[in-house]
Amino acid sequence: MSDPTPECRDALHELYGYLDGELTDDRRAAIHHHLDACQPCAEPYDFEAELREVIRRKCQEQVPDSLMAKVRDALAGEQATSPLDGA
Amino acid sequence: MADQATFAEQAMPLMSSLYAAALRMTRNPADAEDLVQETYLRAYRGFGGFEQGTNLKAWLYRILTNTYINSYRAKKRRPEESELDEVEDLYLYRRIGGLEAAMAGRSAEDELLDRFTDHEVKQAIEALPENFRMAVLLADVEGFSYKEIADILDIPIGTVMSRLHRGRKTLQKQLYEFAVSRNLAAAVPDEAHA
Repeated sequence: MSDPTPECRDALHELYGYLDGELTDDRRAAIHHHLDACQPCAEPYDFEAELREVIRRKCQEQVPDSLMAKVRDALAGEQATSPLDGA
Repeated sequence: MADQATFAEQAMPLMSSLYAAALRMTRNPADAEDLVQETYLRAYRGFGGFEQGTNLKAWLYRILTNTYINSYRAKKRRPEESELDEVEDLYLYRRIGGLEAAMAGRSAEDELLDRFTDHEVKQAIEALPENFRMAVLLADVEGFSYKEIADILDIPIGTVMSRLHRGRKTLQKQLYEFAVSRNLAAAVPDEAHA
């Protein structure tokens, strides 16, 4: 494996900025270009992107029907006590 | 100015995401339900102040977060260390990313990460100290931008970034401990990544 270059250091430093969509277009393009050419940098990027996807997917929740009903009732109650005047 | 009549139509479809966040915040289904209900009531009452065309989800999260801080956090306050142990960058990758090479398959790490259960991932998030938990939740689960998170939590963007950075590393350390305890990472001796 070749030694890390300054581009590698930048790429690792900006990994989360990149994955979070927070880099400028120029920086994003520069990193994209580097990752295409540098497998040792592309691997942690892929790993972190996959990890984020796994976290997102495994934290989904189904709203209990009872909660949905409670919220609907509460909003209906609000509407009944303070009718909209359209103002 | 938003019309209250359109509130339910626009806000109800976002409930599963708000409920998931409420569960991670309160770590308790009964409190999470109360928190979501209170959030919807407050949002309904304040909907006239919501500017149509701006981000309704971020607006609801701000109400959820404020309601949580005002009503639930005080009640459940427990000593929580706001400082975290120093954890190295790419903590999990440096330990189980190597398993990919060991298993000689491009998709090995994907499979490995997928072996974490929903319960483990939720537990790892819920174990984070509150400030870090909120930042990680809003970024990694909900996909909000740094600016949106800064607005929701009412903190500077630099603080968002540092909480995310440290919260994510701590989350990875917790996941690694789950992996070790279930022998998912047994194929990778720790010294191989020193």
